[in-house]
Amino acid sequence: MTAALATETSAATPTAPPRRSRPTRKQTLVGWSFALPFFAMFVVFMAGPILISLITSLTDLRVTDVRSPFGVNFVGLDNYADVFGDPKFRKAAVNTAIFVAVGVPLTMSLGLLAAVALNQGVVKFRRVFRLGFYLPVVTSIVAIAVVWRFLLGADSGLVNGLLDQVGIDGPAWLTDTKYALPSLIVMAAWKNLGFSMIVFLAALQSIPVDLYEAAAVDGAKRWQPFRYITLPLLRPAVLFVAVITTIGYVQFFEEPLVMTQGGPLDSTLSVQYHAYNEFSFGNYGYTAAVSYVMFVAIALVSFILFRLLRPKT
Amino acid sequence: MTMTVTPPAATPTDPPAEMPDGRVVGRRNNRVLLHVGLVAGLILMIGPFVIMALGSFKTTGELRQVPPTFLPEDPTLANYRDLFDRLDFPRYFFNSTVVALAVTVGNLLFCSMLGYALAKLEFAGKRIVFVLVLATLMVPASVTFMPLFVLISNMGLVNTHAGLILPFVVGALGVFLMRQFIGGIPDELLDAARVDGAGEYTIFFKIVLPLCRPALATLAILTFLGSWNSFLWPLVVASTEDMYTLPVAVALFSIGQNENNVALQMAGATVVVLPVVILFFAMQRYIIQGIATTGIK
Repeated sequence: MTAALATETSAATPTAPPRRSRPTRKQTLVGWSFALPFFAMFVVFMAGPILISLITSLTDLRVTDVRSPFGVNFVGLDNYADVFGDPKFRKAAVNTAIFVAVGVPLTMSLGLLAAVALNQGVVKFRRVFRLGFYLPVVTSIVAIAVVWRFLLGADSGLVNGLLDQVGIDGPAWLTDTKYALPSLIVMAAWKNLGFSMIVFLAALQSIPVDLYEAAAVDGAKRWQPFRYITLPLLRPAVLFVAVITTIGYVQFFEEPLVMTQGGPLDSTLSVQYHAYNEFSFGNYGYTAAVSYVMFVAIALVSFILFRLLRPKT
Repeated sequence: MTMTVTPPAATPTDPPAEMPDGRVVGRRNNRVLLHVGLVAGLILMIGPFVIMALGSFKTTGELRQVPPTFLPEDPTLANYRDLFDRLDFPRYFFNSTVVALAVTVGNLLFCSMLGYALAKLEFAGKRIVFVLVLATLMVPASVTFMPLFVLISNMGLVNTHAGLILPFVVGALGVFLMRQFIGGIPDELLDAARVDGAGEYTIFFKIVLPLCRPALATLAILTFLGSWNSFLWPLVVASTEDMYTLPVAVALFSIGQNENNVALQMAGATVVVLPVVILFFAMQRYIIQGIATTGIK
């Protein structure tokens, strides 16, 4: 997953050089000789496809039309109407919304907990802990699925084996409609919490110690320093992690693909999984419409997060 | 903002205060609790990897045993033999490596070139390039997935290494990372070289790139890992077995004929993860810096 916080980067723009006179033709030639290799690839493999996807979403393009595009018709917003009228899409949208609404706070609070604990306690082995907590983030989802399917297996899984030892009859985690989505949420939180931890840890370590000393002198008790110093100063980090985690989780797909194939009974079907299925069926216009709906959802949620979490002035 | 986000190690925020009112005891208990919690957390985080690695030396029968064993009762290399004899794992390993290396080299070169142009050169159209690249950051990968597939198949690149590599040789995040880092190089340094008659390419390759080593290392490791772990695109583009990458091969054989051979799957997963773990331990400093600056994972 790749994502970044656009504002973060643009805010950090090194102060633009005082606008000199317009670049000469030679400067422009030299500049473009550096920019062109990237830009050409960028137009072909990123910007172009983004635009084509938008246009496709307004047509009835199917896989069979790709080689002879004359049979393709503009259908306006029909695909979008189809998307919202499709019960499968609605089911997928609800699943994805649950995944995001539960998964993002869960992942972030576990990451924050780990960061605060590491910042307070371990000094000598901090590096080992940091690595251990981060390892799942850089591990292939396919490898993780192998182990987690083994852990969560209904009859011979390790988790149910352990539950059995204490006399609990564990459920069929991945094949019961009640437990499949929650299981994937827990797995995603486990896989991704290391990312929040690293960012929060860096932010925590940049908070000057004097602040806590001053608070102690003023008689701050127990949770007060955390509530009134740590949390407010973590705000930018929280925004950063929230946006990136949300963007990733809205595109929730590989987990159900490798763990449950979207089942049982579509209980782990996500929006992107639905788009992928329609892509496999060759319904390209519809697929493009679904992916643009996701794009808008991501933009909206990010906007809301920015409004909620922007630094107080 | 500079690259060094990871602060110097360890400033304990509250040194245990030796107070005569018995608070030190409470403190110590808290610290014990904290460490117990952290160790428990660590076990939960790396436990699955340990289970995977140990499981790869067991038989499926032993893995299914109740109660489960921790260490293999009778360690066997049969799973690894199977992987390499029956499944042509060296081939998948080769594919994964070639693709990841090519994607990494492409990103390093193209992103640093554009990063240099955006940070240090003036040219007509610079602003448009910057805004366009910036604008794609929030676009989810699924938007480009279908058109990319159509494009690659029209170019006749389905089931080729080029088809696996080309769509990923440029990335917006790499540009921002490099632009940010190169922006921190003093102009005087470059101007001095210009006065000495150095051309922009000499400056770029002889001065800028060597100074960018930390940023390049970060970009390299993150790009490599991203490509190594990527799953969906190779799953769709690699249609015959000889083009599979490691994750595709492992995913397909674990839902196919070997669905019930858990031990074999564990061995396959271990082969996928092992290079990542080694790279990760060797390059952790750059990974941690990169995450904190850019949010690439």
